[in-house]
Amino acid sequence: MTGRAILLMIGKRLVALVVLVAILSFLVFSLVHIAPGTAVDAYLGGKPATPELVQLLTERYHLDEPFFTQYWLWLKDALVFDFGESTLTTLPVTDEIGIRLGPSAFLAVYAYVLTVLLGVVPGIIAALRQRKLLDRGLVAGAVVALSTPPFVMGILLLYLFAVLVPIFPAAGRGEGFFDQLWHLTLPALALALCVAAFLLRHTRASMINVLDQDYIMFARARGLSWGHVLFRYAFRNALIPVVTVSGALLAFFFAGAVFVEATFSLGGIGELLVQSAQSSDMPMIQALAILIAVLIVLANLLADLAYVAIDPRIRFEGRSA
Amino acid sequence: MTEAAVTAPRQLTRRRMKSRPPLLIGLCLGFMALVLLVAVFGEALAPQDPSQQDVLGSLAPPSAEHWLGTDGLGRDVFSRMLAGARSAIMGPLVIAVVAMVCGNLLGLLAGYRAGLVDSLLMRWVDLMVAIPSLLIIIVVAGALGGGYWLAVALLTILTIPTDARVMRAATLEQVPRPYVEAAKTLGVSNGRIMVRHIWPNIAATAVANSVIIFAGSLVAIAGLSFLGLGAAPGTPDWGQMLSENQPLLFTNPVASIAPGIAIALTATAVNLIGDWVYEKMSRRGAAR
Repeated sequence: MTGRAILLMIGKRLVALVVLVAILSFLVFSLVHIAPGTAVDAYLGGKPATPELVQLLTERYHLDEPFFTQYWLWLKDALVFDFGESTLTTLPVTDEIGIRLGPSAFLAVYAYVLTVLLGVVPGIIAALRQRKLLDRGLVAGAVVALSTPPFVMGILLLYLFAVLVPIFPAAGRGEGFFDQLWHLTLPALALALCVAAFLLRHTRASMINVLDQDYIMFARARGLSWGHVLFRYAFRNALIPVVTVSGALLAFFFAGAVFVEATFSLGGIGELLVQSAQSSDMPMIQALAILIAVLIVLANLLADLAYVAIDPRIRFEGRSA
Repeated sequence: MTEAAVTAPRQLTRRRMKSRPPLLIGLCLGFMALVLLVAVFGEALAPQDPSQQDVLGSLAPPSAEHWLGTDGLGRDVFSRMLAGARSAIMGPLVIAVVAMVCGNLLGLLAGYRAGLVDSLLMRWVDLMVAIPSLLIIIVVAGALGGGYWLAVALLTILTIPTDARVMRAATLEQVPRPYVEAAKTLGVSNGRIMVRHIWPNIAATAVANSVIIFAGSLVAIAGLSFLGLGAAPGTPDWGQMLSENQPLLFTNPVASIAPGIAIALTATAVNLIGDWVYEKMSRRGAAR
């Protein structure tokens, strides 16, 4: 794939993103009207319906207009990031989300690094020690970790490392880089272990498959050192299927983050989503749904670009054709 | 020559036995039987009323009277664990069965008849893979007010395409085989070919896949209850107990740890059974 082809791919995906967001925005807008009660009830969010408040909300969200006009007006506001005010805190939704992006991003990056470290490295070790005790242990551990959802893992880690052996804090997110790193270790681990287990199984299978190939034996026969063969030949090729599955892992990762943030009360986007879902905070749910969908699509695009970068067969496809 | 022909199958069986000790699977099946039994008779087996509150006896550590201690409202944790098995198992069972029936039908149709059904199904699948179904459920449940059966219904709808995709792939593998062509030549109707000829050949995949779907929805339903969007407040439910009793980690940790371990153990057992069925099935396919 040449540079132009890559740009074309990015362009296509961005157009798809716009289409997706357009459809999604309509669905998300409709939520207000699907919800039990009238649209005013949805925006009241349990507050007493005084005539003044009903009047105010009707004007604010154009509830006296026809359905599609309402949607159009809502969309025009949404395009400039105005999703209305939270029914829970009465603050603008966008401001609320803005302060919470930081902790979530920190958690995501930290957990991602841990996932790769805990998935790929033991996966390679297991493949090299195939059918030995260490391999069996790692594979068995992966089965258990894979079946332990992040919210259960979170509670178990909390108990082990915050109550039984109090070396990590039980909640909160800390100040400054190293304090945050310390505070977010347990949440990141809770999120990473499950996904890492999946990655471990894939890396192991892929590495075993690659080590069986003729080109590895040939490289060894040419007298190249084991380390050279392992990293220049085997590892790079073994990584391809791993990067392929990482796209599917992202969806899992996002959902898991919501549970982990709720468990450790980190004050991030996920926790905000749970809070707003529990209290039917309609404007907040709408804004978060769109934000999360956009983030997932962009993350998927990044995963695909990484795939192109790592597999030369795809990169040079355009040249031979 | 003959020697090789004789030894080859024996090696195969030996490797098959080695690959996954049946003892482990036996344990998993036994454990699942126990969980099912508790799910059916849980409330009757419970030594105490699971919702009986006793504020004075709250936060008691495990004892002969309260095997797993009591929670913040003085309810017996062990009895609640037994009673909670039902909501942990029932929803996922419904999801697995409904998703299997609908997913198989759609998958057969899409794989066998290509065309509109196929392309619609694949677009649906693409969307489901991109956006995690749990997040969709959280958003919709938040708007509609949550509830156990709403969560089950939403999860069923969102699970069908994943099952259908697997069944589609399995069907595509069968369609070019001679027996399908033979049936076509004999003038067997398309519906009959799909259900009576192709389906029996992919039934093992269908079963293995629904076992894995069962494990996934068990975790998902428990997770939604954990967030307060599943089982109604107050009902004994493993996911709900996990979050309700999280603040008790410093006083009576068992109250929160026990339901967590129950979820993880059940999911592990089901996943291992699913893997085993899948492996057995794919070996059988390869030998044929």
